[in-house]
Amino acid sequence: MKKTLFSALTLALLYGCASTPVETEKPAAPSVQPSLPVSPPVAARPVPAAPQIDLSKRSVFYDYDKYDIKDEYRPALQAHGKYLAENRGKKMLIQGNCDERGSREYNIALGQRRAEGVKRMLVLMGATESQVEPVSLGEEKPRCTDHAEGCWSQNRRSDMLYGGEY
Amino acid sequence: MSWRTFAPLLAAILLLAGPAQAQLTIEIIGGGANQIPIAVLPFAGESALPQSITEIIEQDLSRSGRFRAIFVGGVSPPPTEIAQVDFPEWKSRLADAMVIGQAQRLPDGKLEVRFRLLDVLKQSQIGGIAFTLTAAQTRLTAHKIADFIYEKMTGERGVFSTRIAYIVKQGPRHELRVADADGQNAQSILISSEPIMSPAWSPDGSFQNKKPILFVQNLSASKQPAPVANYRGSNSAPAWSPDGKQLAAVLTKDGTSQIYLMSPDGTNLRRLTVSQAIDTEPFFTPDGQSIYFTSDRGGSPQIYRMPASGGEPVRMTFEGDYNVSPRVSPDGKVLAYISRVSGRFQLMVMDLESKQVQTLTEGQRDESPSFAPNGRIILYATDVDNRGVLAAVSSDGRFRQRLGIQAADVREPSWGPFLGN
Repeated sequence: MKKTLFSALTLALLYGCASTPVETEKPAAPSVQPSLPVSPPVAARPVPAAPQIDLSKRSVFYDYDKYDIKDEYRPALQAHGKYLAENRGKKMLIQGNCDERGSREYNIALGQRRAEGVKRMLVLMGATESQVEPVSLGEEKPRCTDHAEGCWSQNRRSDMLYGGEY
Repeated sequence: MSWRTFAPLLAAILLLAGPAQAQLTIEIIGGGANQIPIAVLPFAGESALPQSITEIIEQDLSRSGRFRAIFVGGVSPPPTEIAQVDFPEWKSRLADAMVIGQAQRLPDGKLEVRFRLLDVLKQSQIGGIAFTLTAAQTRLTAHKIADFIYEKMTGERGVFSTRIAYIVKQGPRHELRVADADGQNAQSILISSEPIMSPAWSPDGSFQNKKPILFVQNLSASKQPAPVANYRGSNSAPAWSPDGKQLAAVLTKDGTSQIYLMSPDGTNLRRLTVSQAIDTEPFFTPDGQSIYFTSDRGGSPQIYRMPASGGEPVRMTFEGDYNVSPRVSPDGKVLAYISRVSGRFQLMVMDLESKQVQTLTEGQRDESPSFAPNGRIILYATDVDNRGVLAAVSSDGRFRQRLGIQAADVREPSWGPFLGN
């Protein structure tokens, strides 16, 4: 009996960690890279974007019913893909989520599709298939529980979690 | 953490609990046409039973939408034999049929209930049965009597003694319950702090329940649920073949959500759909020959049908850009599904021969339709003031009722099969 309780508690705690929104979309990025006084335009020399900054972006948000990844998330995914490529021992879990509208089962599939899209992008950027596992939480684990677009837009999301975080 | 990861722990947090705390309460909205007026008289000696058996019978019949209960006050003592019945009196009360009966305790401590169903106009007996039962079987006996009356009077099988399954969510707590078709007598089957989804009955009445991992839960034995599909990614949307020998489910082990068939123990796995799109929510036709499913292969989620042995899918829905959750009626003639119309999710039925479509409900978020085993009623999930409740609508759309629990979300109803007599 004790063992049972322990397992249940462990589970709840573990989940608690995973569901806490990982610091996302912090306006920190712009403040770290203040718009420098632009000296004579340097020919597109790829600035080695500080990886720590892009790696802190862990979520991709979607339009209603959609699973395509908007351009604004590409730099972050590029950074994560590169990081995984350089750290083959690292594993990542991608959790796809949906808002509460529509069929629960279809939402499981839609969330999976969202997570799968993120995985494909990461693999394209250098990660290996075995490093990333896409799964779906469907509409079952909403971060925000109001029944309005303000919440729904937060729940249409994929989260990237590194091994140790889930 | 992934659902896959916590799956092995699931067994540790399952509790086999007793009767559920809060019962479903029923509210009837709207009435049916052509109701049969019936007088269910109190049974002589009924007080020997723990519950009023005639009250349960009368409620069953009224809630079916097919009967109208006639006032039975002022009759004392209640007749127990046909010779004691004052037929002109019941004719004047406009009853077409009436039920009389008696209950008594037997010397061995068991109970006996016998009843007769009478035709008031012909002044004759239509049928009757005697039951020997324990006190705990009072409810079930009442439902069986109601089933008998329903079948004799309508020519169709009654569903009062069948059971329904549904999920109750209170905070993070998910509970799988099974109750009588009237929502009473609920039992907790499974309790979990993680989501429980998509319960589906096997044809013989055992139970299958799904996490992102699929489990088969045997209801007759108090066993732990047995995992049957636990592949990389998500495992979901279980459906039984009518003969109970196959399970269809959605796996993502090869990429996007695709439909697979397997034996009920998870062996003999084979892929059924082959697309780059989402294919989900499989549902077998009653003859086992075809599978209906939801796919976004055409750019938006629509319902398709394909041979259960594999082959080319045929698109079934064309109106609107969101048609999901297909369920075929037990006679194979009607397709029920959910359609998004102007942002609202509504229950639709399609006559599969004429392809004519009818909107049955006008909810905001109607979900998870499930046919009663006689096809007359469709149970579904909806919400009232942002709280999940179950609702039932007759398949002609005329008669509705709602079943809810205070302070909890009720969702994903699944109507169980007829049980062997």
